[in-house]
Amino acid sequence: MKIHKYDTVIVGAGGAGMRAAIEATKRSRTAVLTKLYPTRSHTGAAQGGMAAALANVEEDNWEWHTFDTVKGGDYLVDQDAAEILAKEAIDSVLDLEKMGLPFNRTPDGTIDQRRFGGHSRNHGEAPVRRSCYAADRTGHMILQTLYQNCVKEGVEFFNEFYVLDQLIVEVDGVKHSAGVVAYELATGEIHVFQAKAVIYASGGTGKFFKVTSNAHTLTGDGQAAVYRRGLPLEDMEFFQFHPTGIWRMGILLTEGARGEGGILRNKDGERFMEKYAPVMKDLASRDVVSRSIYTEIREGRGCGPEGDHVYLDLTHLPPEQLDAKLPDITEFARTYLGIEPYTDPIPIQPTAHYAMGGIPTNVEGEVLSDNTTVVPGLYAAGEVACVSVHGANRLGTNSLLDINVFGRRAGIAAAEYSAKAGYVELPENPAEQVVNQVERLRASTGTERVAEIRRELQECMDANVMVFRTEQTIKTAVEKIAELRERYKNVSVQDKGKRFNTDLLEAIELGNLLDLAEVMAVSALARKESRGGHYREDYPNRDDVNFMRHTMAYREVGEDGTESIRLDYKPVVQTRYQPMERKY
Amino acid sequence: MATPTLDKADAAGAPEPGFADSPYITATFRIRRFNPEVSADAVWEDFQIQIDPKERVLDALHKIKWDEDGTLTFRRSCAHGICGSDAMRINGKNRLACKTLIKDLNPAKPITVEAIKGLTVLKDLVVDMDPFFQAYRDVMPFLITKDTNEPTRERLQSAEDRERFDDTTKCILCAACTSSCPVFWNDGQYFGPAAIVNAHRFIFDSRDEAGEQRLEILNDKDGVWRCRTTFNCTDACPRGIEVTKAIQEVKRALITRRI
Repeated sequence: MKIHKYDTVIVGAGGAGMRAAIEATKRSRTAVLTKLYPTRSHTGAAQGGMAAALANVEEDNWEWHTFDTVKGGDYLVDQDAAEILAKEAIDSVLDLEKMGLPFNRTPDGTIDQRRFGGHSRNHGEAPVRRSCYAADRTGHMILQTLYQNCVKEGVEFFNEFYVLDQLIVEVDGVKHSAGVVAYELATGEIHVFQAKAVIYASGGTGKFFKVTSNAHTLTGDGQAAVYRRGLPLEDMEFFQFHPTGIWRMGILLTEGARGEGGILRNKDGERFMEKYAPVMKDLASRDVVSRSIYTEIREGRGCGPEGDHVYLDLTHLPPEQLDAKLPDITEFARTYLGIEPYTDPIPIQPTAHYAMGGIPTNVEGEVLSDNTTVVPGLYAAGEVACVSVHGANRLGTNSLLDINVFGRRAGIAAAEYSAKAGYVELPENPAEQVVNQVERLRASTGTERVAEIRRELQECMDANVMVFRTEQTIKTAVEKIAELRERYKNVSVQDKGKRFNTDLLEAIELGNLLDLAEVMAVSALARKESRGGHYREDYPNRDDVNFMRHTMAYREVGEDGTESIRLDYKPVVQTRYQPMERKY
Repeated sequence: MATPTLDKADAAGAPEPGFADSPYITATFRIRRFNPEVSADAVWEDFQIQIDPKERVLDALHKIKWDEDGTLTFRRSCAHGICGSDAMRINGKNRLACKTLIKDLNPAKPITVEAIKGLTVLKDLVVDMDPFFQAYRDVMPFLITKDTNEPTRERLQSAEDRERFDDTTKCILCAACTSSCPVFWNDGQYFGPAAIVNAHRFIFDSRDEAGEQRLEILNDKDGVWRCRTTFNCTDACPRGIEVTKAIQEVKRALITRRI
């Protein structure tokens, strides 16, 4: 075991982690621990753009953006945070341009902007051009630009270091962060990083679904590490299903395709979104479009022999426009489906895309141990966190924005904290839990296989807690997850070695997914209403009287060692906007 | 290759009957295995699996790892050609496993899969990427401007100026190009195509003011003149970047001293 000492440790090197690292490195001795090489992070898969009311191509302002974000989140958004997001969006985009990001340009040479779902002029009048973009590779450009600037600033990376545990120590009755414990993939060695401040920026949890746009590596590692140490997770029942994943594969096809004029059609060729969202049509918010697609499929208007998908039609758009604005997604259709998007519509279905919930933070990125108490020295930003700027449903282009605004804020806040704070003493055996976990898995002779349990988990989640949910389906999921968690105790790995043991890594990741799937299902069961991405067929309406509140889920361990989940609730911060019925 | 071959066909099982209407075929993957914890020698190992030929090579590797041999080790993440983790040598050509469909590989014959060349193999298909990223860092891959006052708004750039370096912004640093280059195989000191591509991305960006410095770096004995224009890099690039053309443009800029 090796012990390292840094002022600030950042867990994860996607957009939020690297944006934080650029700030933290300037202000404190910083280490970035990342499971992947930084440029492999899933920020790079984001396509369509980053929202900011630059008003480069038409009238726009941050207040309209705030409203759209609050409405898009079905009023579960904390409005003070949404206002910060929309206001700081403008400088965030300009900062990236100054760092070198190659945005598409207008004829005047300014940053070009295009339409995106849920973004409107003057509180819902009509779609507005707010998304700043670089073809359909905006996430790729952001990830590359941030990595380039990390190289420039001399950010210190520990590549392929997998953080498995968060060290929490009580000082005068208050939980403090003392550091993290990491597993070095190349050698199997365990490292303790003592740090004054720790920032989690480790991304989402999408891999508990089968059809997902998420990378194989998105297994909720950060959420699981803090949850196991008794910290809450907020709003985990809210998961976004992106309307346009490639049929069966789930690979993302950007909403920018509809921003450029693409149309969703059912088997009769009908533009069905006109029925569900007369004003915004194909550019309604994602939860609305995903439900509309499944309604078409359920009512027998799906495409293909099994009627299990619909079409994204780009054939009326000029090939030059597709080549210039949507080169990557048209190539995906050619590569994976053998379809030419110039002439043929693309089969799509909703795909599990984004966790709105996560580790609760305030607007400085400080992690909360209950509704109000800050954990000194602990921060989170990006998809792993829940500020909450996305509420019950995130708007497209607001996640690339979130990682930049709140990555930056967390980086500054953490480094400023570590400049004035001292180290918290490490617990006596800081690596004990991780050593036990790793050794138990390596030594296990159990008969259960990781891949089999993961497959069953993913199938269960797709079948029971995806776009449509009922009490019955969620209960089925809760029971199945409990069974899988029990079987997981008997899991073994074939690779017993130390060097690049990805077999072991996948086993640990599965443990995280199982814990988080349970939190999601239990949180969803208790929310007896429909709001944003959480749709209950048995409670089809939003219920502001009983459920205008954030879910806070805590892991409880009884005296006999039995684990359970305790749910609590936190008020939503409302400033300017009263909840209204959501229409697009 | 004079290395022993293990045959695992029996373990994988013969094709089941009743597959007449199934899209599945039986394919053999011949994978170059190396694990220094077990043996100092690399060996080829065969795996026979049932798979839909429309699936990716990455799907086949997962099938093997998840259902047959958990020790098989490779990097992967996004699984659709954007993260650059899974560059490998498939049937003798550098490709991304997640962008290569089995049907495009003549699955009637064994499909060979091995680590990319020119970088030290650490285990199975995993190589040491550090020298690759060091070459990248050496070309100063970030925008450098000499403004004394930062502009308050964005810098202006015409669509034409933006287009000038568009091709090289697509790079995902997968190393497929660099590890397909015979010059790099023979001498790891050569910067290699990927680093030059990333230098090109800034040299030809109208906002950047350090083009001369980067050209001097690439004028070095291990720089751009080592390129023998074999086009392996262009063929290998999973993003369709015209790598050789980018290298030629850097060479031309060095000769004419005009960007």
